[in-house]
Amino acid sequence: MDELRLDGNAAAGTLGEVFSFEVTTAHYACENCGRADRIGAAMVYEVRDLGTIVRCPSCDNALIRLAHNRGRYWIDLRGIRYLQVEDVAE
Amino acid sequence: MAVQLRRILWGLAEVIEVVPETPRTKSLLLEVPEWEGHEAGQHGDVRLTAQDGYQTQRSYSIASAPEDERLMLAVDRLDDGEVSIYLTDVLMTGDKLELRGPIGGYFAWEEGEGGPLFLVGAGSGIAPLMAMIRHRGAAGSDVPTRLLYSSRSYEEIIFREELETLASRDGALEVIHTLTRSRPEGWSGYDRRIDAEMLGEVGWSPEESPLVFVCGPTSFVEGAADALVRLGHDPARVKTERFGPTGG
Repeated sequence: MDELRLDGNAAAGTLGEVFSFEVTTAHYACENCGRADRIGAAMVYEVRDLGTIVRCPSCDNALIRLAHNRGRYWIDLRGIRYLQVEDVAE
Repeated sequence: MAVQLRRILWGLAEVIEVVPETPRTKSLLLEVPEWEGHEAGQHGDVRLTAQDGYQTQRSYSIASAPEDERLMLAVDRLDDGEVSIYLTDVLMTGDKLELRGPIGGYFAWEEGEGGPLFLVGAGSGIAPLMAMIRHRGAAGSDVPTRLLYSSRSYEEIIFREELETLASRDGALEVIHTLTRSRPEGWSGYDRRIDAEMLGEVGWSPEESPLVFVCGPTSFVEGAADALVRLGHDPARVKTERFGPTGG
């Protein structure tokens, strides 16, 4: 299996298929250890042609899991407490 | 209230020129209709579709400045790279390429963010850093900038001449090379992989709180980023972009 360990920003294209805002600059908190950071600073594991896992750089908890299979996206966000997105109007 | 909404859609880019940069690396100069502009450091995804419908895609950093007329991607030829071999060996002027972008707002620099700027790259990891250096030049910025760039040999230094030219006429831009495998006769520069000692000698001190961007193969980036944090740099000001195990 061709698994690549990359940065959160590497997942921006894949995450951009389902989120219509820039995810890599959004802040998150890890459900497991509480680390708060930006998605771009998290770790990304890409399994080619299968999916993408965004992991916490502190505790390795899976923050976001995204898979694409038979015409459907599966998005698992159990690993994050919140996503905080900038309000550009303010 | 508003969240900046934006879908990243696939479009067709036209290849204007394929420029050999080094024995292993080529630059693709692309014309992209309706390109909305990018920030220095962002990347694009390239998608190839075979006749039987099989699709595969890779990310490539954008090496051109936002101000440049053409979009430039730097592509390393990997011996087992199904995409990079096509892009470096087969692709010709006039060909069309599926591209989406710009992607990623995290590993990006805009001259208003200031500096000083410490750019650390290996191999084709120079691409997004080159976009920052070109953007800095095009914007007339005088942000003090140092590039520490690791290549295997003198011949494999990507954008060597342009870097020389830019540094020779800009007192605030310094380019420091290290050559890890072979050196030309009389080489007086660094001759080893980038390590903590070199980062300490070349980079700004943590007290000057530089913005640091590190790009290259995964093992290189992790080693350099760890060393920078151990030297006392604020992890929030050290941004990394890993290329994966092979780089490119």
